[in-house]
Amino acid sequence: MAFEIVAASRAEQAKTTPWRHAIRTGLALGGAGVFMAVVGILMMFQNRPIIVGTLTLGYATLGLTLFTAGLLIARRGLFGHRDPTGLAGAVAGALAASLPALLAVLMSLVDLRGVFVALNPPLLTMLTFHQESALLGAVCFLVLGAALGGAGALFLQLPDGIRRPLAGGLIATGLAGMLQELIRPILANSPVTKPLHDLLYTWSGLTLRGAVIIFLVVAAAVLLWHLNRQRIETAVGGLGLRTLRMRLGYMGAAALLVALFPLFAGNFIGQVLLIVGLFTLMGMGLNLEVGLAGLLDLGFVAFYAVGAYATALLMADSPYALARLSFWQAMPIAVLVSLIVGVIFGIPVLKIRGDYLAVATLALGEIVRVVVLSDAAAPFLAGSEGILRIPRPEIGGFVFGTPVSLFYLTLAASLVAAYVAWRLGESRLGRAWRAIRDDEDVAEALGINLIQVKLLAYGLGAAFAGLAGSIFAVMLGSIYPHSFQLIISINILALIIVGGLGSLPGVAVGATVLIGLPEMLREFGEFRYLFYGLAIIAVMRLKPEGLWPSAARLRELDIDAETVVVQQAQVAEKNS
Amino acid sequence: MTDAVLLRTEQMTKRFGGLLAVDNLELQVRHGAIHSIIGPNGAGKTTVFNCIMEFYPPDDGQIWFAGQRIDGLTPDRVAAAGINRTYQTIRLFRSLTAIENIMVGMHIHLKSTWYGAVLNTRGTRADEARAHGDARHILDFVGLRGRGDVVARDLAYGEQRRLEVARALATRPRLLMLDEPMCGMNPRESGEMMSFIRRVRDQRGVTILLIEHSMRVVMGISDRVSVLDHGVKIAEGTPAEIQADERVIEAYLGTTEKGPQ
Repeated sequence: MAFEIVAASRAEQAKTTPWRHAIRTGLALGGAGVFMAVVGILMMFQNRPIIVGTLTLGYATLGLTLFTAGLLIARRGLFGHRDPTGLAGAVAGALAASLPALLAVLMSLVDLRGVFVALNPPLLTMLTFHQESALLGAVCFLVLGAALGGAGALFLQLPDGIRRPLAGGLIATGLAGMLQELIRPILANSPVTKPLHDLLYTWSGLTLRGAVIIFLVVAAAVLLWHLNRQRIETAVGGLGLRTLRMRLGYMGAAALLVALFPLFAGNFIGQVLLIVGLFTLMGMGLNLEVGLAGLLDLGFVAFYAVGAYATALLMADSPYALARLSFWQAMPIAVLVSLIVGVIFGIPVLKIRGDYLAVATLALGEIVRVVVLSDAAAPFLAGSEGILRIPRPEIGGFVFGTPVSLFYLTLAASLVAAYVAWRLGESRLGRAWRAIRDDEDVAEALGINLIQVKLLAYGLGAAFAGLAGSIFAVMLGSIYPHSFQLIISINILALIIVGGLGSLPGVAVGATVLIGLPEMLREFGEFRYLFYGLAIIAVMRLKPEGLWPSAARLRELDIDAETVVVQQAQVAEKNS
Repeated sequence: MTDAVLLRTEQMTKRFGGLLAVDNLELQVRHGAIHSIIGPNGAGKTTVFNCIMEFYPPDDGQIWFAGQRIDGLTPDRVAAAGINRTYQTIRLFRSLTAIENIMVGMHIHLKSTWYGAVLNTRGTRADEARAHGDARHILDFVGLRGRGDVVARDLAYGEQRRLEVARALATRPRLLMLDEPMCGMNPRESGEMMSFIRRVRDQRGVTILLIEHSMRVVMGISDRVSVLDHGVKIAEGTPAEIQADERVIEAYLGTTEKGPQ
């Protein structure tokens, strides 16, 4: 059967003429442009400059779709060498422009705001390039599309020596403009880098002068690298990267640099990294359950809540508090309470497997939040009012008051937690977990007590979340049941899958990509979840084993792919 | 010689809905024997294993092992009592290495705890080192020397079969149940497996309960043979007695087109 499918797709491929491909690609990207306009992202991007007064993110995105149309045509290589590729690219680009242009014309004739709120006059102004007549604007758009599409198609045919510096310069300039909120404070904070800041940026973003400088510098650097690659490589090799000790030294220095980064980057970055750290902590806990023991858990947020509430009740200056302990006393108790709750949580789901386990844990996780919100628990847990006035951690007079200092607290906690998770994974218990993940019945028949091993997975996993919750409580200073929504459980699961199931570094990478990046995009509001979704799909399509897979997982997927190939070959043999 | 009986089932019965998979089975396996169970497809042989291992607790009857009643226990307790098994379709922990598979089998005999592992105590390190050494030893015994760090699913078919036996042996069983261990092997390989099974019995003192289709193997290796048909034991005796038994021949000829191989 597989063979027939292959044959069929070949036949289809033969039918697809290059021109048809160009038309299809152009229309698809045009659709993407219209989509972005209709949902309102485009307008939101339009308000964000890449180069102040010259280029907005909105126009850059639109331009990128046109350019990509041409790029895709050339990449398929359907045309021969001396060929109309450039022309096909131009056609594809024009087509990609035609749909948004059509939208603009339509908008100038009919008011569509009743259907799509985002189709408002400012968008029309943008899509018609500030022309009075929509028709003239549309023509501009088509010409631009053809030009960019053609450029995209020809771009791939440029010699490396020109293409790479161009691409490098453009990407660097784009990033410098996009990430200006991240880069500017770092440059502006220090008197050493302040002149550089003034040279490249104004208070509102990258200047045209800055853009040109960055483009030229990066392009020149890439060109130099390209021309002298071998010489540079031998020079770098001469630095002693070859020996393990030197390499470890460099890695240590790099790690230190990364660890010190928030000190210079300021509180916004500190806050983002703090949240990434909390999710990394929780990810390591869930990784014990899902990655090692294979127990799917969608109620993980419950343990985060338990840790936070336990800390609050033990520390807060509030009538609900049970004690007025310091953070250092409250935190271990909160972790212990989470561990116990994790074990209790595990009992009802012991005999449930697979998909059913996901549903059951989902419900259990919701129960915790509903209980906290309920009237019955309100006298003890404050219901939706929340518990307020939780003091900050303090050590010898130093108060962890700023996000940056709390980030270092989280970093320390994460390092300890990572060590514990690593030791657990290598232990007899870790082996038992991996055994029940592979085959629960056989593991039991070999003498593994499923009840004990599973409850330990839930309990120890929960302890990590309790630790994160504890830090979360002192970070906010007040906690509410609404902070512990299902979406957190889903986020944690997504980040360990994206990072690579069962892999410890993968958890940190996954948290950075899925939690850190959307935090950076906070100004785009709900739209950041769109990027979040796109990022997950992209990772799962391009790197299904995760961004930093564990060695074992990598082996598994390799073998699967091999098996598929062998099976296909066998089927093909039978069919022939 | 009833005192030498290691495993005894009394009126063991298992039903699946309306199907009587095992019907009042009386089975006695003597200590140190190689005891085979044969029968046509669907006779209930694997169900007998599943009942003894308590994968499916029997609906009726009793199972006694070394003077202890084991029906109603959980599989991990049965394993701790000293019974282990292999599977008709290989069921290794596929993403674990060979040595890890064996070490999972040793689980009940290890003492290290999770907090010991976190604190990396001397006791834990000694325990793990000993386990590793023992696992290598078993690996050598089954002829997989040097294959310890290979992931189970990358092993060749015959190696996987032997690793399954090795993993079961790691639990230090007194009774080892092998479910068609020669399935899918050529005559030379199954000859090797036969002498291997004898070695397990002779050198490790493990009693063997064997399900096997190949008559050549069964008649060559067994001390005693029980014949099952539709969940009922229709004959039992030495290989020579079974070969001469009319009911056995009838059961085979009556239900399958081919006679005994």
